[in-house]
Amino acid sequence: MRLAPDKLAELEEMAYQIRRLCVEMITYARWGHIGGSFSMAETLAALYFQAMRVDPARPHWPERDRLVLSKAHGSPAVYAALALRGYYPAERLYSYCELGGLEGHTDLTCTPGIESSGGPLGMGLSIAAGMALGLRYQENPRARVYCLMGDGELGEGNIWEAAMFASHYHLDNLIGIVDYNKVQAKGFVWDLMQIEPLADKWRAFGWDVLEADGHDLEALVEALHRARWVMPRGKPLALIAHTVKGKGVEMAEFNYHWHTQAPEPEAADQMLRELARAYGRPEEGYSRLPAESGKEAFYRGE
Amino acid sequence: MSPMEQTRFAYGEALLELGQERSDIVVLDADLYNSTRTVLFGKAFPERFLDLGIAEADMVSTGAGLAASGLVAFCNSFAMFLTGRCYDQIRIQVAYPSLNVKLAGSSAGLTQGPDGASHQSLEDVALMRILPHMTVLVPADDVETKQATKAAAAHQGPVYLRLGRYPTPTISPEGYQFQIGKGVELRPGRDIAIIACGIMVAKALEAAELLAKQGLQARVINMASVKPLDRALVEQAGREAKLVVTAEEHSIIGGLGSAVAEVLAEGNYAPLWRIGTRDEFGQSASADELLDHYGLTGPKVAAQIAAAWAKLG
Repeated sequence: MRLAPDKLAELEEMAYQIRRLCVEMITYARWGHIGGSFSMAETLAALYFQAMRVDPARPHWPERDRLVLSKAHGSPAVYAALALRGYYPAERLYSYCELGGLEGHTDLTCTPGIESSGGPLGMGLSIAAGMALGLRYQENPRARVYCLMGDGELGEGNIWEAAMFASHYHLDNLIGIVDYNKVQAKGFVWDLMQIEPLADKWRAFGWDVLEADGHDLEALVEALHRARWVMPRGKPLALIAHTVKGKGVEMAEFNYHWHTQAPEPEAADQMLRELARAYGRPEEGYSRLPAESGKEAFYRGE
Repeated sequence: MSPMEQTRFAYGEALLELGQERSDIVVLDADLYNSTRTVLFGKAFPERFLDLGIAEADMVSTGAGLAASGLVAFCNSFAMFLTGRCYDQIRIQVAYPSLNVKLAGSSAGLTQGPDGASHQSLEDVALMRILPHMTVLVPADDVETKQATKAAAAHQGPVYLRLGRYPTPTISPEGYQFQIGKGVELRPGRDIAIIACGIMVAKALEAAELLAKQGLQARVINMASVKPLDRALVEQAGREAKLVVTAEEHSIIGGLGSAVAEVLAEGNYAPLWRIGTRDEFGQSASADELLDHYGLTGPKVAAQIAAAWAKLG
């Protein structure tokens, strides 16, 4: 599976834009998970702009591929990807965590393109497996269900119940992706609860396994292609995407302090400029910096 | 007296009929299909029956996934496991997005019997009733259970259906039509209004007979639809009777008694006395011993009501 140069450039641009929009919305909302959103940027770019068959004009199209975000705190990155894909205008991202706006954690009913409600960790793979089985009942062989999991949430037993279920029912239309960014809320995953040997665990549960550098778009596209077209043999497949929490902004990388933290507008401005330099784009700072929004005034106690 | 039947048996039969009537019904169980009576559906429609083994939380989430793909998923276990173990999954993945998942809690209440407090759900109605979007049905007999099961399948959105393994007589009148959100008067009476659900409806009728012998006229209302509650009927009972009583095989905290109290507290109505278990767990014994111990037999219900009546002065 070779990626045309202009397609690769498009995916890179989308990964950049996902990160940029995450900083914008999290800073504006004064709430959100930057680290786990940044680590998924390439994965989401590869999914929504290359691997997944979706149609933003028909969000309920029965043959669409589904993405279940089990690590639902990564919602900013998915909301950004959906906006970029054309599900709604990017302006809507500024409604993140506002009354009637985009929910802090994904909710099935809050916006088109979201396929499940989440928040408590460890539940996503079960609902994704149910969807995959439902597609089989509905004689819908084309659609795939992708489930994006965090590494820390693999500590939840519910994930492994679903892992057994999916292999028992031969759900080869289910592709689990682990955003293995090595860091959870309070430190490195291996310090809190060792999940290694991770690939062996999935294999032992009856899954096929692929591993890829989760920030290498060509490697991700290749792995997602193999997962869908080359590997299926009556088993679900786990793609372990090796990533860096906070990838893209140096101070946030592998830094659990940036698991949940909204940058101040000035810090956001610096982050966005750093991102632009890293991607070789014209420097573009935080869009709301000069404008005093009512919310900023409120949080300063004025 | 009419023949005694356990509501779980009527549920199993209704589920089988639903399987024959509709191709979009899927049934999930967690290694209890004989007890939950999903065995009938499972044998008739093995391709639409999933036994997930001992993994209740996974069962509920999987059911949510099946519902999200357009099917109607019936998830089955003992009431306590289903509502207790899976509360988080039910809350986030079923109730919050209002998916078409039907939760059938079997062997509910004290009359689960010898398994003891661990298995006796006295909190399940409270747990489910507090969830937005959730409908909570506690049918009283075989006839109503069949109808409630069909109504749950026809309803868009999540439903909790409470079922038991205690033989109880058919008390639904001829031609009865169960409706979500509606209670039904089974016996008129001007002094006291007893609002009951589940097996306690038959006990309330028995109590009303005993009270009549003491000169107290008790109206009996079957309130199988605990949520949405038939608010108009509760208000009418609260206006017309001098004492309102609730009776349930459940804690008086959070169940039918609480639901009725929430209505009566917001107006000028008759005082309320709640009958059920108090702030306590169950224990191992036979079903009838337990009902007697916790004051839920017909005579004990009648005695509690007579005592509450005497206090009115």
